Amino acid sequence: MGKTLKIKALFFTFMKIGLFTFGGGYAMIPIIEDICVDKKKWISHDEMMEITVIAEATPGPIAINCATFVGYKQAGTAGAGAATLGVVLPSFCIIFAISMCLDRFLEITWVANAFRGIKIAVGILILNAAVNMVKKMPKKPMPVFILVFSCLVMVLANIFSLRFSTVALMVAAAGFSLAVYGVKRLAGRGR
Amino acid sequence: MSVIWQLFLGFFRVGCFAFGGAYGAIPLIRDVVLSHGWLDDETLTYFIAVSESTPGPIMVNLATYIGSAQGGFWGAAMATAAVTLPSFTLILIIIAMMKNAVENQYVKTMLGGVKPCIAGIILATGGYMTVKGCAAAEPFSLDVRGAVITAVLAGALLACGKRKKKMSPIVLILLSACLGICLYGM
Repeated sequence: MGKTLKIKALFFTFMKIGLFTFGGGYAMIPIIEDICVDKKKWISHDEMMEITVIAEATPGPIAINCATFVGYKQAGTAGAGAATLGVVLPSFCIIFAISMCLDRFLEITWVANAFRGIKIAVGILILNAAVNMVKKMPKKPMPVFILVFSCLVMVLANIFSLRFSTVALMVAAAGFSLAVYGVKRLAGRGR
Repeated sequence: MSVIWQLFLGFFRVGCFAFGGAYGAIPLIRDVVLSHGWLDDETLTYFIAVSESTPGPIMVNLATYIGSAQGGFWGAAMATAAVTLPSFTLILIIIAMMKNAVENQYVKTMLGGVKPCIAGIILATGGYMTVKGCAAAEPFSLDVRGAVITAVLAGALLACGKRKKKMSPIVLILLSACLGICLYGM
């Protein structure tokens, strides 16, 4: 296959993935695996495992991480660009269209009532995601300490409507983790 | 600074620090949006629900919507580009030249600190939003209808979890919408 053809195939395949997967990045992984590993044989099973590990360790939408990775493996930087653009484009168009009319839509009484219920569902979904994350976490003193501390800081900030940067909190947690690691290594060397 | 630039910088920051998928990004997006006064908490929550129920990455959906509400088409395009750019660049760098970055001891240690911190932030955000859903307009009083909806939704989710089934977010959102119409409509 010529390179232009490959890039076209990447773009349209990832557009399809972007258009038909509901529920965000985690829902996309099995579909990307099905299409890119089993059907198209663009990447191997091992590479799919590798990308899942990298996606966990890097920030940003997981779907973007996967699209960039598969696109690069197939057709270099241009392929990565085509696959990423493909996966973003459908949601961009759909949401842009919705954003034009959501305000007027919310003025309808029954829609507003429906959204009062939906508001609660969103809270529960976020809480559920957090509980799943906590379950998967190693139960060692340091992660548990960081978890409880950051949770408390956030709860207090929400209650007293304080605005402070969550990014600062994350950087502090990373620094703390590094410091503990450094101290442990020094102590190990001293012995 | 023009709104388009603020959108770009705000969502670039979200893209750089959103570990752990869309739910990790929601507290960050809340941070950016509320500090600029772009949306209120209520509208943002509505839009999180819309992003869950439409196809595509949730973070991209949120960026597009907030960008569009603040700066029209170019606002939407800038915010979306900004939220995807960090992960796009980072993945290219990692596969092209730093294959072992993910295995690096220091990177692992840093992530070991960041991940529980995110879990804590999401826990607090989800808890706060759920409690707020049950609270009435006056402080320290309970909205009974909100509490009923919370109980039904949590029950449904737990029942699914017990049978080792996964409940799709869309099903939960549809259920909550029906409950909202039934209970608040009266």
